[in-house]
Amino acid sequence: MRSSASKLSLCLLMTPFVLWIVLLVLLPHLQMLRVSFHVRESWDTVTLGLEQYQNFFSESYYWRTFVRTGVMSLFTTFLTLVIAFPIAWYIARLARGRAKGFLFLACLIPFWASELVRTYGWMILLRESGLFSTWLQALGLADGPVEMLYNDAAVIIGLVYNGLLFMVVPLVTTLDGMDKNLVEAGYDLGGNHWTVLREIIVPWAMPGVVSGCIVVFMLTLGSYLTPILMGGKDSAWFTEQIFTQFITRFNWEQGAALGVLLLVLSSVIVWLGLRVTGQNLRKVMG
Amino acid sequence: MIRSVPRSAWFDRIYLAYLVLFFIYLAMPLTVTAVFAFNDASFPSLPWKGFTLDWFFADGSNGRTGLFHDDGLLSALWVSVVIAFWVTLLCVCLGCMNAILFERLEFRGKEFLYLVMLLPLVIPGVILGVSILVFYSGMANSVSQQWGIELDMFRPGMPLVVAGQVAFITTLCTLVIAARLRKFDRQLEEAALNLGATPVVAWFTVTLPWLLPSIFGAAAMAFLMSFENFNTTVMLTGSDTPLTVALFNRLREGSTPVLNAVALLLMVGSALLAVLAMGRSSARKEG
Repeated sequence: MRSSASKLSLCLLMTPFVLWIVLLVLLPHLQMLRVSFHVRESWDTVTLGLEQYQNFFSESYYWRTFVRTGVMSLFTTFLTLVIAFPIAWYIARLARGRAKGFLFLACLIPFWASELVRTYGWMILLRESGLFSTWLQALGLADGPVEMLYNDAAVIIGLVYNGLLFMVVPLVTTLDGMDKNLVEAGYDLGGNHWTVLREIIVPWAMPGVVSGCIVVFMLTLGSYLTPILMGGKDSAWFTEQIFTQFITRFNWEQGAALGVLLLVLSSVIVWLGLRVTGQNLRKVMG
Repeated sequence: MIRSVPRSAWFDRIYLAYLVLFFIYLAMPLTVTAVFAFNDASFPSLPWKGFTLDWFFADGSNGRTGLFHDDGLLSALWVSVVIAFWVTLLCVCLGCMNAILFERLEFRGKEFLYLVMLLPLVIPGVILGVSILVFYSGMANSVSQQWGIELDMFRPGMPLVVAGQVAFITTLCTLVIAARLRKFDRQLEEAALNLGATPVVAWFTVTLPWLLPSIFGAAAMAFLMSFENFNTTVMLTGSDTPLTVALFNRLREGSTPVLNAVALLLMVGSALLAVLAMGRSSARKEG
């Protein structure tokens, strides 16, 4: 009786989970993988082949954008970590009582607005007719309007801004749980700032660092709005090409192949990150 | 403050300056966006030409159409609300059931399935959208070719947008609710059972009330994430565009202060929702 009841509840709870994960995640991705190996011969016949992947490697535009997107995402992730760490340290270890809660909330506020709104804000600030340009002219530091938008630096400013929250929160959470005696012991044993940071604080914060980095990296790699709105003619992003293939050119086969490649890139980098730092996905995300 | 650690005064000063700069960096884009929603000029830039509410309320008679008279934006707003409603409902239900499944039940392959449950978090949103488009829209195409049956539900449009968003927001809801369920003292439930409650009654009178704060939190988060999502949505949207996509199209045509007005409205809306959710959960904690 007991075991049949628990079997029933297992079935009842397992069904929605399986439906969700199979119908919305697994099957669509398998289908995308299959379509990426399709080669269209005429409008209604397809054969299997590697043509879409060959296109990717023979067209330098594709793989250059691919590499560029990957490298810039890694750089953005690193920059976000470096910017967020002192902030997280202050919030977790130095701020007290009300100030602590207040500062933490202040970090969250920008994310009550969507990525589009945040990007729009940066556009108003950075463009030729924007605020920075006007201020620089008013201060006499520039003779004419200065265009600060539409270049890689602008894209990175926007991307870092988008990622900060997802870095600060896990860092604060892990640093909060650290025993301050550890740091004092480090100094008592003759360590200087640098060795204490390297030998005690960073290893302790590692789960937070890894989880923040993974999320920021995924967000950056998959972002579409910020690079397209803030980037210039030369700063193409890989997601943009996937979008073009699907929506503008109706070339699903090519688009699917590019999608698979992006997914492989992100999985490989996340996996490498976990391996190198000795963490696992469950600990970091769950 | 760790007092025994040697620190110099100038280091403190630089640290403080860094903090101030950081929070200015955080606040600036949003502040600027909000302020220019009230500028009496047809382009959101300096110089400041005076305060106006035209970008919210003008009815088009003076050449300006404010947000509340802009049918395109208003209908897009409504589409977003409808989508967010369904996504929230589905994700919270699925999240609750997943949380119980992974926190309470023992079964073979649990570790592995838990990792599968986390998968949507490490898939870029664009790819999620694309794969669902390929699968469902492709299926609709082949069904229509072979049997001549039109499955409009699986064409780009609202149902697909909901499906795409549910795919990843469910994982987040599961994590939020599971974290709360993990802290639940199971003896409370056992006490209810000992006192003669059936498992179903015990669940609704003891466990569910305990979970409610996290359910409200998850719902608010799901609503906001759905409302603000662009990457997955843009791949799956049909003729009825949700607000973010409509705003994006407007923005590419050129920016007007009406966009600032919409942005401000969105910020206020999200802030209210967040405060409501937080107020709810802290009231629960105290009470």
